Formats: sequence, structure tokens, C-alpha cells
Amino acid sequence: MKLIAKLGAETLRVLELLGRFGLFLLTCLYCALTPPYKLAPIVHQIRFIGAHSLFVISFTGLFTGMVLSLQGYYTLAKFGSVGFLGAAVSLSLIRELGPVIGALMVIGRAGSAICAEVGIMRNSEQIDALECMAIDPYRFLIAPKLIAGLIAMPLLTCVFDVVGIFGGFLVGVELFDVSAGAYFQGMYSSVGWHDIEMGLVKSVVFGLLLVWICAAKGFFLHLERGGGFGAEGVSRTTTSAVVIASVSVLVWDYLISAVLL
Amino acid sequence: MNENTSEIVIELDNVEKYFGQQKVLNGVSLQVRAGTTTVIVGASGQGKSVILKHMLGLMRPDTGRVVVFGQELSQLNTKQLRDVRSHFGVLFQNVALFDSMSIFDNVALPLRERTDKNEAEVRANVEEKLALMGLEEHGNKFPAQLSGGMQKRVGLARALVLNPRVVFFDEPTTGLDVSKSNEIYRLFFETQARLNYTAVIVSHDVPKIFKLSDSVALMAEGTLQGSMSPEAFQLSDNPLIRSFVLETMGPIYSSEAEEALLYETL
Repeated sequence: MKLIAKLGAETLRVLELLGRFGLFLLTCLYCALTPPYKLAPIVHQIRFIGAHSLFVISFTGLFTGMVLSLQGYYTLAKFGSVGFLGAAVSLSLIRELGPVIGALMVIGRAGSAICAEVGIMRNSEQIDALECMAIDPYRFLIAPKLIAGLIAMPLLTCVFDVVGIFGGFLVGVELFDVSAGAYFQGMYSSVGWHDIEMGLVKSVVFGLLLVWICAAKGFFLHLERGGGFGAEGVSRTTTSAVVIASVSVLVWDYLISAVLL
Repeated sequence: MNENTSEIVIELDNVEKYFGQQKVLNGVSLQVRAGTTTVIVGASGQGKSVILKHMLGLMRPDTGRVVVFGQELSQLNTKQLRDVRSHFGVLFQNVALFDSMSIFDNVALPLRERTDKNEAEVRANVEEKLALMGLEEHGNKFPAQLSGGMQKRVGLARALVLNPRVVFFDEPTTGLDVSKSNEIYRLFFETQARLNYTAVIVSHDVPKIFKLSDSVALMAEGTLQGSMSPEAFQLSDNPLIRSFVLETMGPIYSSEAEEALLYETL
């Protein structure tokens, strides 16, 4: 009997959580899509989520492309098909690894910061202060981050892809003497708009997911199970936000691939 | 002040609130009249700030009503609630300034977000309020660069920048030394005289806080005891109030005979 009661309580908790997060997203989207529009906070957030992530995205993109090229070369060499190296690297990056690894990096760098920032604002009554000043915290705090995530994530993914393809070129062409012409020709002939579209759709969805989950976790910090108060509460909630956002990215990656392939 | 004749701006009617199984507010009733200063005192953890959050619409009662400017808060939608709050100013216990904004931007925030004033008008308005608080030299600093007392003054400047009808003070002098507390009280006196706002103060700074108030209520055992003039409060027969007054102020006697009687019984 106790087990059933616990199961019921847990089900209700999860349903309440999903409802709360769902309403949070709808409210933020409504605020993002309706006037008044303020450009400055959005630009500031694009700078924070996008420009400040450029280094980590370029660095991870470079090495992802290099390792893809390294692994791909040895595999393709077994079949005498090293001419397909450019196609293998670019398709893997554009369709899959660019959006996914890019999103995971941005979650680690910007998502955690968003969750901690909003969570500390909740703990120090700054969000209550906004409410009391009749300023909508969703419109003032979250909507610019959401719009910035939707804009910055596809751009960062493009940077990741381009740098990754260059990394693959360095290893394949410079290290293993694959013909530069074959590398790029393989890429040109195999990558179509559909592949780029899939990468862009994924990056937009991941941009939405990372801001939504990380901001909502911070926003509802005070409702966290076990209490979200104090430095420990913020740290625990931020960790949980990063884990949930990362897992969500992988789950949605599969779903989008299954639909678009 | 015109305590008994002015309009009621805030009314709590038999408000009850549970946190889990714990009943924090047990039938709280209170009326706050326009232009007056109402002080809610009580020991820590009695639910004083919870009452304030109900008045601000940050919490909803489980039963009972909270009526502000004639409107029951629990019946209002988000926009209507925001309209009511547009007449509020709040000085939070920990001030709740935005750490990443300068002092100037903190005070300017309500003006920029809620009015159509241009930047020159915003600047003039903010500079006036900062000057009123003696902070005109500190506009470019960040909250972390100011002392606790100065942060409280910034919080007060932000609370008053839109000339609100009601200003709420949650433990306005907590963590301040005597001189800084006196400074806050002086600013409160000056600004209320100038702007004629209704004030609700939650505090345990007894007896100093009595000098500011028109009405004092004690939060104890989940309900508000009293809500009477400070003089009547200090001489009240209510055992909870009497016990609180004795604990915080020492014995107060209405007459020498009463004092003598107390010593006899001891």
C-alpha cells in the first residue's frame, strides 16, 4: 500500500513539474513573440551565449574534425576508399556531431551560468523584487535569453562544422596525404541542403532546450525537492540542469533524426 | 495621523496559510489605512514576512482574503496584479539589488521598464532620488562596492523612484548599527512627509520602531495581536503583547502604583 502511495505521489510530482516547465516555456515564448521588443538585452545575451562560446566551440570543433578524420582514414583505407574521407567527415559533422557536441559545450558553458544566475536571483529575492516592481520577470529576464539561444546556437553550430571540416582537412590532407581535391570534392558531392537543414533544425531545437531547461531550473529553484536554498542548493540545481539538458539534447537528437531522415 | 478616518488601502481578512502540515498564519486580520504607518512586530520565525508577501501578492492565502485598493488579490489575473503592484514600493530585508547593474541602473530600472520617460528624464529622476538618499556620488558603483547601510538607502531610492502609494519595509534596519539604523529611520520620516505614502513595516527593532508608527500589531502564535496605537500596545492587557513588551523593552507601567504592585508580586 505504501509503495502505491509513493508511486502516486511521485507521478503527481512529475506531472506537476512537467506542467510547470511547460507553462514556463509557453509564457517565455509569448513574451519573446509579443511587443515591446528590446534589442539591447537580446544582443547582450547573444554576446554571452554566442560570442563568449566561440573559443570553446572552435576548439572542440577542430579536434572533433581531426579525430573523425583520423578514425575515418583508417576505416576507409581498409576498403580503399580514402577518397570518401571529406564526405564522411562533413556529413558526420553537419548532420550529427556539430549540433550535438556544440549544444553539449554550450550547455556546459552558458547553460550552467544561466541556471546559476537565475537561481541566485531567486534566492536573493531579486525575482520577487522584479514582481513587486510590476516588471514581468519572464519578459525581462528569460525571453532575451531564449531568443539569444535560438539565434546563437545555429551560428555556433555552423562555426563548429566549418572548423571541424578544416580539422579533418588538416589530418586527412596534411598528415595522411589524401588529395585536397578529393577531400573537398567528396564533401561537395555528398552534402546536400537536406543535411544542412537537419543540422540547423537540431541546433535551433537544442538552443531552445538548453535555455528552457537551465532557466526554468533556476527560476523554480525554491520549489526544488530537498530545498534549493543556499549555495549548495544552487550548485545542486545547476548540476541537475546540466544533466537534464544534456540528456534531453541526446533524446531529441534521436527523435529529430528519426523524423527527418 | 488620520488613522481612523482615511480609506483602507490594505485589508487582510481571516487569512490562513499552511506550509506543508505547518499552519503559519492562523486567521490573520488587519486593516492598513491610507497615509498611516503600520508596524508588524514579533519574534523571528513567527510569519511576519509571510504576511508581507501576502500583501504583495507573492503568496496566496489558503483561506481568507487579501484586499488591496478594494481588489481581492487572489481574484486578479497576472496583468491586474501587476497593475496593483505598480503602486507599491518595497525595501527587502536583503535589499535585493541587481548585482550586475550599477547603482544608477538599479534605481533607474522601474522608470525604464514601466514608464515612457526618455533617458534625460530618467537621469533627472534617478539623480534626484540618489541625492535625497545622499548617494549622488555613488551612481556608477556596483552594489557589492557599497556598505550595508548604503545598499539599504539604494533600495529605498529604488522603492520610492515611482512615488508609490504604499511602501513595504521588510526588516529595514537588520544588520545595521545604531547610527545607520537611525539614518534609515530619518530618511523614512523625510520621504514619507514629502511623498505621503502609506507604510507597512515589518521589524523587530523595538522600541525604536514604535516612534515611527501609527499602528502596531504583534505577530504571535500564527495571528496578529493588537493593531493599536504604540501607546496602547505598550500598555495592553493582552498576555502575548505584554510578554513581548516585557521581553523586548523591560517593564512599562501605566502608573507608579502598577509598578509597585508588580514588585510586590515578585
